[in-house]
Amino acid sequence: MRQRTLSWLSSRVTGASNKDSTDFHFLVVLRSIMTKLLQWLLGVSVVGLAWGLLTFDLLDLQLPHAYREVVWPMPVYFLVVFGCYSLATVGFRVATFNDCEEAAKELQAQIQEAKLDLQKKGLKF
Amino acid sequence: MASRKSSTKTRGDNDKYSVLLPTYNERENLPLIVWLLVKYFSESGYNFEIIVIDDGSPDGTLEVAEQLQKIYGEDRILLRPRAKKLGLGTAYIHGMKHATGNFIFIMDADLSHHPKFIPEFIEKQREGEFDLVSGTRYSGNGGVYGWDLRRKLISRGANFITQVLLRPGASDLTGSFRLYKKEVLERLVEQCVSKGYVFQMEMIVRARQLGYSIGEVPISFVDRVYGESKLGGNEIVSFLKGLLTLFATT
Ligand SMILES: Nc1nc2c(ncn2[C@@H]2O[C@H](COP(=O)(O)OP(=O)(O)OP(=O)(O)O)[C@@H](O)[C@H]2O)c(=O)[nH]1
Ligand SMILES: [Mg+2]
Repeated sequence: MRQRTLSWLSSRVTGASNKDSTDFHFLVVLRSIMTKLLQWLLGVSVVGLAWGLLTFDLLDLQLPHAYREVVWPMPVYFLVVFGCYSLATVGFRVATFNDCEEAAKELQAQIQEAKLDLQKKGLKF
Repeated sequence: MASRKSSTKTRGDNDKYSVLLPTYNERENLPLIVWLLVKYFSESGYNFEIIVIDDGSPDGTLEVAEQLQKIYGEDRILLRPRAKKLGLGTAYIHGMKHATGNFIFIMDADLSHHPKFIPEFIEKQREGEFDLVSGTRYSGNGGVYGWDLRRKLISRGANFITQVLLRPGASDLTGSFRLYKKEVLERLVEQCVSKGYVFQMEMIVRARQLGYSIGEVPISFVDRVYGESKLGGNEIVSFLKGLLTLFATT
């Protein structure tokens, strides 16, 4: 059974890809069988679990109090940082979105040229 | 098919490029895009054919296409019309069945996608042996013309969210100026279920999922000069629906 699952996995991974076998890797397998939704859920639960363990010291690691003070507001920090990063990135990209004036002018000129040439070739518009 | 086999190891001179041009009411644009295609293919010397898939346009696009076929020859311009408007996704599938090239270009016929980039797509593909090359408005010298701030913001915002959620490994998911190896496109079309606007997005996300390699070429996107947009309407809603569907299923 395990054998079969493994070979199914590897065929699923290597089936379409003609890259070298170094690509055959645990994470690659995960990526190909999990939907993006599941990947996100997995990621969030792993991080959430780690956060819970540290904040409530569930493993009884007897971490210094200062550690826990730093760890527990982490999710909020993270959200704020990510929000700022998103806004900054999108803002920057909107501001620097190329306006292709040249391309539009070139196209206009070529349209005129094409129309003349096509008329010569006998096209009736 | 010999050409099919050779397509994995590119032997330059055997390559043939089939350009799929779906049209619906593009009477004014079609002669111009064809003229430009012929110009750039002839200048660069690649072998090509243009397949026009017209969906019974009431403005007589097909009649113009027939004239173009007389001018440029039946080996260059192929007409594969359908009786009524059946949508963009199936137009590609229909056109692809008749393609004789080992590579396929997909582009809009409304002059938003300029054929001058075609040699760059081909060079890029050969340089990295890519399975598909996608035009991108969002990186390098890519860009747009005729977009106001609002449209730029929506476009950039939507693209950012998609990048975060799907990590697709390509910067322009909704663009539809692309070059595919024929067998890759056939495989992808088999896999893709969505219709219309989301189709382009699904194609590239699935390509990534299947392990195909993707190259990118920056393109300038000039808003259509003639004719009306056929999509539009609830673009944002259909985009979000498509995004969530892909998020849950790929
Ligand atoms: N055969 C066929 N072609 C279509 C159909 N709908 C759109 N097209 C063509 O597909 C291409 C893209 O459609 P557009 O209307 O330009 O869509 P868009 O680029 O999102 O919108 P614009 O802002 O108008 O450029 C054009 O060449 C259209 O003529 C259809 O149902 N059948
Ligand atoms: Mg368009």
